[in-house]
Parts: sequence; C-alpha cells; structure tokens
Amino acid sequence: MKKLLVVLLTVLMCLTLGACGSKEGSSDEAGSVYYLNFKPEADEAWKNLAAAYTAETGVKVEVVTAASGTYEETLMSEIGKSSAPTLFQVNGPIGLANWKDYCYDLSGTDFYSNLTSEAFALKENGEALAVAYLTESYGLICNKTLLAQAGYTVEDIKSFADLKRVAEDITARSAELGFAAFTSAGMDGSSDWRFKTHLANLPLYFEYQADGVGSKTELTGAYLDNYRAIWDLYINNSTCEPAALSGKTGDDSRNEFLNGQAVFFQNGSWEYNNLNGTYGDDELQMLPIYVGAGDEANQGLCTGTENYICVNKEASAANVQATLDFLNWLVTSEKGTTALANDMGFVIPFKNAVESPNLFVKQDNAYTAEGKTPVSWNFTTMPSESWKNEVGTALTNYAANQTDDNWAIVVDKFVNNWAAEYAMK
Amino acid sequence: MEKEIKKWGPVFYIPTFLAFIIGFIVPFFEGLYLSLCKFTTVKNAKFIGFSNFIYALKDETFVNAFIFTLKYAIVAIVLINVIAFVLALLLTRKLKFTNFFRTIFFMPNLIGGVVLGYIWQILINCFLTIISKPLLALNATAGYWGLVVLMCWQQIGYMMIIYIAGLQNISEEVLEAAKIDGANSWQTLWKVKIPMVMSSFTICMFLTLTNSFKLFDQNLALTAGQPFHQTEMLAYNIYDTFYFRSGPQWKGYGQAKAVIFCILVVIISFAQLKASKDKEMQ
Repeated sequence: MKKLLVVLLTVLMCLTLGACGSKEGSSDEAGSVYYLNFKPEADEAWKNLAAAYTAETGVKVEVVTAASGTYEETLMSEIGKSSAPTLFQVNGPIGLANWKDYCYDLSGTDFYSNLTSEAFALKENGEALAVAYLTESYGLICNKTLLAQAGYTVEDIKSFADLKRVAEDITARSAELGFAAFTSAGMDGSSDWRFKTHLANLPLYFEYQADGVGSKTELTGAYLDNYRAIWDLYINNSTCEPAALSGKTGDDSRNEFLNGQAVFFQNGSWEYNNLNGTYGDDELQMLPIYVGAGDEANQGLCTGTENYICVNKEASAANVQATLDFLNWLVTSEKGTTALANDMGFVIPFKNAVESPNLFVKQDNAYTAEGKTPVSWNFTTMPSESWKNEVGTALTNYAANQTDDNWAIVVDKFVNNWAAEYAMK
Repeated sequence: MEKEIKKWGPVFYIPTFLAFIIGFIVPFFEGLYLSLCKFTTVKNAKFIGFSNFIYALKDETFVNAFIFTLKYAIVAIVLINVIAFVLALLLTRKLKFTNFFRTIFFMPNLIGGVVLGYIWQILINCFLTIISKPLLALNATAGYWGLVVLMCWQQIGYMMIIYIAGLQNISEEVLEAAKIDGANSWQTLWKVKIPMVMSSFTICMFLTLTNSFKLFDQNLALTAGQPFHQTEMLAYNIYDTFYFRSGPQWKGYGQAKAVIFCILVVIISFAQLKASKDKEMQ
C-alpha cells in the first residue's frame, strides 16, 4: 500500500512539473494569428483591432508586444516555441538576414497585390519575404511660436546656412529670449538612435545618391564633414552643456520641447501624439534636416520605413492562411485601414489606405506635392547594432571634447567599422 | 528510520532530479551541441563543426572582456571578503544595535542588479559632473571602479552574514582557553578565529568568485560595455555577440563563447574550492 502511495505521489509531482512546461496549444482547424508587435506605442491600438477582427470573423488574434529594445530577443525565444508567432517584423535587409529561413513568400497573395509599389517589398530570389506595412517621416520639429519670438519664420530656413544663422542667433540671445535653439541631443540609450542612426542617415544618403547606389559595403565618408557640421550645431546651441549629453534621455529632450525650452527637436511623425496635447497643429512644422549637401532647395523630409512584416512559414498551413487573411483585412477593410491611420497614425503603402490625421505626415505629403524629394531611409543598410553603438559612443566622446582627433574617431568608426562589419558577414 | 528513508526518499529526490535534468542537464548538452552549429533558433541548427570556437578565440573583444573580468574579479573578491569579515568581527562583539546594523548592511542585497545598476549610474554620473570628469559612458576607469563599488555595496552584507554565522559557531570554551593561555586579541584572531571560520571563507570565496565571473545585470545597466567595449565583461560580451549583429553565424559564435565561458568558470571555481578546502580544519 505504502509503495503504491510512493509511486502515486511521485507521478503526481512529475505531472505538476511537466504541466508547467507544456501549455496546451490551440490548434483548431480555422487557424489563428499570433502577432509579435514591435511598436510599444501602438500596443493598445493593435489589441483593439485584433478584438474587432475576432468579433467580425471569429478568428483568434493574439497580439504580444516586445518591450522596447528587446524585439530580437523576444522573437528568438518565441519563434522556437510550438505556438510561435505567425506574424512578426524585421527592420530591413539587415534584420531579414536573421529570419529569412522563417519568411513565407508573400508574392501572389491578396495582401501583396494591394501594395502601391513593389518597391516596398524585400525580395530575395524572386520571393517577397518581407513587406513594408507603414512609412514614417522624420526631420526637425519646429515650434513656430518660439521661432516667431526670436524674429524668424519657417520660411527663413531653407538651407543649412539658414539653419546655422538662426540657431546661432538664438544662442547668442538665449538669455534674453529664455530658450535655446535645439533640445538636448541626449546620447542615453533612449535617445541616441536619433543621432547614431537617423541623423547618420543623411551623410549615408548623400553618399549613396552621389554614387547612384542603394547600399555599399565600403564607404568613402565623403559627407562626414556635413555630419560634423550639423552635430556641432545641435550640441553647441542646445539646452545643456555638450559634456552632459551622455546622460540625457529621450524624455528629457521631449520635455524640453514641451516646456518651450527649445525651438527645434529632431524626431519623427511617431512623436505627433506626444506633442499634440500641448501644441496646436498651427504651432508645429517639421523641417527637413539640412546638412549643407545636395540640392537643398528641393530636399524633403526623411521618409521611409524600417517596419517590414513577415509571415512565419513554419506555422501550420491553417495558421498561415489565417494570418494572410488577417493581413489582407488590415489593408483592405474599412475598419482595418481606419484603425491603422487614425488610432496608430500610420501611413500604409496600400491601395485602400485612409489618409492619416497625423500633422507631420500631412506636411510630408505637402513637401512632396511641392516637388521636393524625400530623403530615403538608408540606415536600414547599416551593418549592425554594434556599428551603430560604436558611432554613438564616438559622437558622445566628440561632444564632450570637440577636437579634430576626436572627430577622427567618429570617422574611423563610421568608415572603417562599416567595412569591417560588412567583411564579417 | 533507514527503511523509511529508503521508502520515501524517491518522493523527494525524483522530482528535483527530473527538474534538474529538464532545467539544467538537457539545456547544457543542447547548448554544447549548438556551439558547433549555425542557427537562428534552436530548431533550425545546422552542424558546422569547430569553426565557431576558432572565431571566438580569435575575437579580440572576447579576450579583452576576459582581462577586464579578471581585473575586476581580483579586486572585488579581495575587497568584498575583507570588508565583510571586518564587519562580521565588529558585529559579533557585544555592541548595542548589532541586529539593526546587520539588517541595514544586508539590505542592498535585496535589490535587483539592473535597478542597482541604474541607480548607481545616476549617482556616479552626478559625482563625475561635480568633479568635472567625463561621465560613465566615456570613462572606462570610472566604469571599472563604479562596478567594484556597486558590487561591494551589494554583496558585502550577504558575505557578512555568512561570516557572522561562522564566528558565532566558535565555542566560548575555545576563546576562553586562548585567553587563559595568554593570547592577545590579535593572536586570537589569527590563530583561533580565522582557522575556525575557514569553511565560511571557502563558501564566501566561491560565491564572490563565481558572482564576479558571471556578472551581467550590473554590467549591462551601469556601463553597457561603454566606451567602446572597454568595460565589457565576459557575460556581456556574449550577449553583445548574440544580439547586436545580424545573421545566423553570430548565434553560433555567441554560443561557442558561452561554452568557453562555462568551462572557464567551472575550472576556476573548482581550483579555488580545492585550494581553500585544503586549508580548512577538520
């Protein structure tokens, strides 16, 4: 009897242990969707949209959002599970290198045929492995009220020389005006991407343009002097000492802008929801980031994408189909397109897209309508996070002590590391 | 009694043993296998042999991370153990408020590593601003000493408790006998107390040594390896290899580094255990 009890107890304990490991996966015939979302700011909107889709079609859609900056780790552990994400995203051709074995060929699907241009797809061997599902713009967000107080209008800023003149004039009179030209160019992890990635896109873009290419494995760094000029302008006409930048966060920078401590704030259309509570649409203008290169009279905002959606081909056929249906519903149905435009503020490159109420998106469209050329997002070709981090550190180092030698480190990291990182691929 | 143990033993050890197999042995061997593969996830691993190890050993940042870890470990182990032991000596005297002090010194141990890292980052950056030195992100020396101070602050309390337990185990008779034999307090410390708490030393050395080599959270939060990998420890270097580059080959490199790291930690801690076990009094 006792022996039996022992055996029973042992079995029971093992079962309890085992139960922790194996969650029952729902594998009903209809299939279900599991979306691993990249954008924490859109988490709630995605969940509402998923609920709306489930209510309409009965197909289960689960949305999980990875914590900011941990998408790769989360995706890697999630995709190994038996109930893996059926829908995930990569940040461009470099990110795709990690995940191409998992990407379903989207060409030929209804979703794909709704794209306004095939240029929005990342192709490999004729297979459309990832598709851009939204475009965004970034530039110099300008507080027009403050600019007027300093005696200028946005019309006065048409080139890097103009920007420099205005910014330096504001700095010279900052005690009298009570504000600075630029918000702090914080190099904390929450903010440094604005400079090591987004601002670094400009020298990259002009180099690619000059050579007429879309990516390079070795750079000449021909436009890095322009990069230095704009970086000098940012850090020396700011709300804080250049040496203090390494500790400044993204929130610091945004709050300075919201509190009217600075006129210019480099950021993108995604910031609109954070700003429109304080400022009316007539007070804000997103200006192109002029660096004194190319045809400045016709330079538009930096517009592009680093959000490419992929369907997991390792998922069951039913789940893949459910995911494709969901995607198609997103970009064709009224509910889907409206939610993407209004709730998330996305501009989607699909035929049925609803116009976004986002002011900066409208301004981007206005620039394009005027015949200005948007600056494309070439930072998706940056070789690795490691490369970006080292450029970021070199920029911080230079900001603290602005010598030619320290700038030489930035150039070294930018040019030589680029080649070295590509050589390691 | 013995019969009962035989009968009921399995109820207690089988579940734990199974958990150990599932949670440790299996992943360990899977990890060993993965270090010989090119993979994105554990499911699509392709066997490629030892090339990951060749890369890992040739990687300069990995070697630098090892040197930095070693430099950190030596200083941290000495400081933590010396200060913890001195505190333990002070707090086993018959002073007022000893329990209160013990609690206070132990408290930093209750805070998680990442939180500690960020708090100390703010503190150290403020301090560096006041003395107008470059902030942590640009200051490898400050990063190194920051890590040492942070870890001392966190671990001294824990080690102190272990030493206190050891010191309290020394029987009054032994101390009294020493006193009667005419030993002064210095002689009592070196000839009686320290030899009698050797087992506490063994365990504290083992803990501080392995903690130092495995240090990750605090490294990530305090310096994140800045500037230019100069304050990068082994575990953080592996994390960096794994996630900051794109392409399946990097996972393999990272995994190979992790295996080397594991073997290294095992060898060093066994050597240390053996060395200090020999000094213990039986």
